[in-house]
Amino acid sequence: MSLVSIRDVRKSFGPNEVLKGVSLDIAKGDVVAIIGRSGSGKSTLLRCINGLETYQSGSIVADGIEVAGANTNLRELRRHVGMVFQQFNLFPHLTAAENVMLAPTVVNKVSKAEARATAAEVLAKVGLSEKMDAYPSELSGGQQQRVAIARSLAMRPKVLLCDEITSALDPELVNEVLRVVEQLAREGMTLILVTHEMRFARDVGTKLVFMHHGKVHEEGVPKEVFAAPRTPELQQFVGQVG
Amino acid sequence: MSYKLQFAELLPYWNVLLYGLVFTIVLTIVSTVVGIAVGTAGAAARTFGPGWLGRIVAVYVELIRNTPFIVQLFFIFFGLPALGLKLSETIAAFLAMVINLGAYSTEIIRAGIEAVPKGHIEAGLSLAMSKWEVLRHIVLNQAFRKIYPALSSQIIIVMLGSAVVSQISAEDLTYAANYVASRNFRNFEVYLLVALGYLLLAMLTRSLLRALGRVIFKAR
Ligand SMILES: Nc1ncnc2c1ncn2[C@@H]1O[C@H](COP(=O)(O)OP(=O)(O)OP(=O)(O)O)[C@@H](O)[C@H]1O
Ligand SMILES: [Mg+2]
Repeated sequence: MSLVSIRDVRKSFGPNEVLKGVSLDIAKGDVVAIIGRSGSGKSTLLRCINGLETYQSGSIVADGIEVAGANTNLRELRRHVGMVFQQFNLFPHLTAAENVMLAPTVVNKVSKAEARATAAEVLAKVGLSEKMDAYPSELSGGQQQRVAIARSLAMRPKVLLCDEITSALDPELVNEVLRVVEQLAREGMTLILVTHEMRFARDVGTKLVFMHHGKVHEEGVPKEVFAAPRTPELQQFVGQVG
Repeated sequence: MSYKLQFAELLPYWNVLLYGLVFTIVLTIVSTVVGIAVGTAGAAARTFGPGWLGRIVAVYVELIRNTPFIVQLFFIFFGLPALGLKLSETIAAFLAMVINLGAYSTEIIRAGIEAVPKGHIEAGLSLAMSKWEVLRHIVLNQAFRKIYPALSSQIIIVMLGSAVVSQISAEDLTYAANYVASRNFRNFEVYLLVALGYLLLAMLTRSLLRALGRVIFKAR
């Protein structure tokens, strides 16, 4: 039984077909690394999974919830499917702890005290126990992104979607974020990551997906795929970025 | 050219002037609070609400922003009775002020909402918050922080503009001035005093709003 099942999904922005029949099966505990050129539809696919974008045909089922059109229970879906963004998107008027506490208190209606305990726990997990009461503007990019991860974790998602979460960071800050993601992977969290970090995709990923022109062009076990890419497009792509 | 100032002649009317002053203050406070509530709802409707509601709000805003306040006031007070809606001077004055500030603050608050990065909204939605929860906990807070100075200026503009309600005999500070001047003919003294009153009121309002802003937005 797959945790996320994507069947022949097609998505257009106006006349521009961006996803041209994408199918993917993601099992519990999978760490899926999605790679591909700019504009190949990676972000769009991720955003379809948690309902930030709608799609025209096909189907996506995430944790038993069908993600389709207007009658999807988006709230229920998103309680199980978290997302971390390239631009962190921390709420600047709230401290790190308050950022983490907001959704549990507002959505799950837990008490402030309970939410703060959860915040302490998840912020410790990302190594930021000392920064609970700091505002985003007082944190480095790497710290902000780790708070953003903690904020998602506080909702106890079954799947975490990560869209190029290290791409906006200075090179020396990338590793602290990747280490957190790696630890989550080790703990068995199901992760779907769009990434340009090829080494990370190979070492931590359990599944590699190469997207090209709106399709899954090649997929497999990362080490094998990287060692011997079958399609010329992936060979070329790996040659360029690796 | 010498004129002997005779402020003493205003003394018998101190209670009229004080009543006018209090009326203007209350009018300003009530129309500020209700007007900003209207503006917040209007801005939310335009940015987060259904399209048809947004269009209705847009028409309201354009209507108010492109007509003189005095005409709006006259329409409410002199025009509406034709439709069977007869309002007292006071109610008409309050209503006109609220409708006016409501329209201007809709535009100001909307600008603030639109300045909030789209990514913050998506982050909120991705945390399973509803659109309205995102609006309330993430968007409005940031929006008000950004537009607070503009909104403060608008409140002062509206306070000074409220003098116009004297034209329908709502008993504000300017109405009191007109009343006193028509009795003792000390136009110079009366209007000088009342001008000073408005000046002080405006300066006081400004520093009050600034202090209030510091308290509300003490965090960054
Ligand atoms: N909201 C939108 N409206 C119109 N077109 C869009 C929208 N979002 C994405 N697109 C288009 O869809 C295509 C795929 O975009 P997408 O962001 O999914 O690519 P990507 O693989 O994530 O690229 P990158 O590596 O640059 O992030 C692009 O051609 C893009 O211009
Ligand atoms: Mg992208």
